[in-house]
Amino acid sequence: MVEFTLWDILRNLLIAAQWTVYLSLVAFVGGGIVGLLLLVLRLARGPVVRRCVAGYVQLFQGTPLLMQLFLSYFGLALFGIDTSPWVSAALALTLYSSAYLTDIWRGCVEAVPKGQWEASGSLALSFGEQLRHVILPQASRLAVAPTVGFLVQVVKGTALASVIGFVELTKAGSMISNATFRPFVVYACLALMYFALCFPISLCARALERKLNHAHRR
Amino acid sequence: MRIQLDFPAVLAEWPLLLTGVCWTIGLTAVATVIGLVVGVAFAWSRASGPAWLKLVVGSYVELIRNTPFIVQLFFIFFGLPAAGVKLTPETAAVIAMVINLSAYATEIIRSGIAATPPGQIEAAQSLAMGRMQIFTRVVLPPALAKVWTAMTGQIIIVMLGSAVCGQISVPELSYAANLIQSRNFRSFEASIVATLVYLVLAIVLRRLLNWAGPRLLFGR
Repeated sequence: MVEFTLWDILRNLLIAAQWTVYLSLVAFVGGGIVGLLLLVLRLARGPVVRRCVAGYVQLFQGTPLLMQLFLSYFGLALFGIDTSPWVSAALALTLYSSAYLTDIWRGCVEAVPKGQWEASGSLALSFGEQLRHVILPQASRLAVAPTVGFLVQVVKGTALASVIGFVELTKAGSMISNATFRPFVVYACLALMYFALCFPISLCARALERKLNHAHRR
Repeated sequence: MRIQLDFPAVLAEWPLLLTGVCWTIGLTAVATVIGLVVGVAFAWSRASGPAWLKLVVGSYVELIRNTPFIVQLFFIFFGLPAAGVKLTPETAAVIAMVINLSAYATEIIRSGIAATPPGQIEAAQSLAMGRMQIFTRVVLPPALAKVWTAMTGQIIIVMLGSAVCGQISVPELSYAANLIQSRNFRSFEASIVATLVYLVLAIVLRRLLNWAGPRLLFGR
């Protein structure tokens, strides 16, 4: 029988951790792009579109991420698209993050005083120019801290991709646990590695919040 | 390719779904009640406990908030037996959910406590109220009222998170969906039905908590 040292466990977990990072980045960047598009759509169009976007957000915030992953996994197969766990996980997590980011950013845009819209409108700026030069610069300042904070949610969310067979940190953890018969050590290491990934981001979000709030108040 | 959806095949298994819904609701209810009580106790210790207790509770909160729920659940269900603690899947699920919710609740309630105007506490002291009395009568109710929206959101997140408990074969809703698809191979339909039920549960739960909070916790 092969003996596994603690170092073997850690080394293999570290190798798997890179997939957690890749998946998080894809979901975060993809979600950011889709989220921004939805936000602009919501601002540009009338109440019908606004209600549709709100429904989209409600749909993703009111259902478990696990079920979204299942739907993406089984749904893609039904449409004849080859379902690698990688594609399904990336799709589900992108949509999930886009819903949350749209909602976070909507709050930030709404926090920009209404007078800014009116003033820039009275200067004959078009809608696009208003957004680009007046509203988004101010909203993005407010949005930085909660957006970074949401990245923690995304990293933790990728752990669920293990359930549809994507080999990232959690899946690797259960595989190693099965091979070594040392579940206590493996799952403890696993938790610590997620902590090592997420805690710096949390700290960063908190520091940004303090810094930007301070600047905002002055 | 033609796509044919067969929902009746899934809905025919409604007793399974119903059991699943009951388990999801039960798990959430127990986790909410215990999680809130623990959250209040921890929030108190973070706000006005001794320094060592603040450190311990603070580390607990950070550790739980920065690790995924599924890892916490697996650690409790698969990891702890190796250390001699054997748990049924249901117990493990409840413990994991309580731990998860209590950590978030601590942070949420603490922010409400921090927003208490000092004058209120001074006024209560001048009425010769004890420390415990001040906390339960003067500080806590308005703090809860202030953060109840955030708390409601967190409880719903924990309810939705309980879908993961199916992975350790707790017979909740997502487990029921998995069981149904293993019987009739209608995986997509089973997932859609379960997802919609979750959506309804989330909407109802929000209404319920918005109704119950002011009436039961911080009287209005």
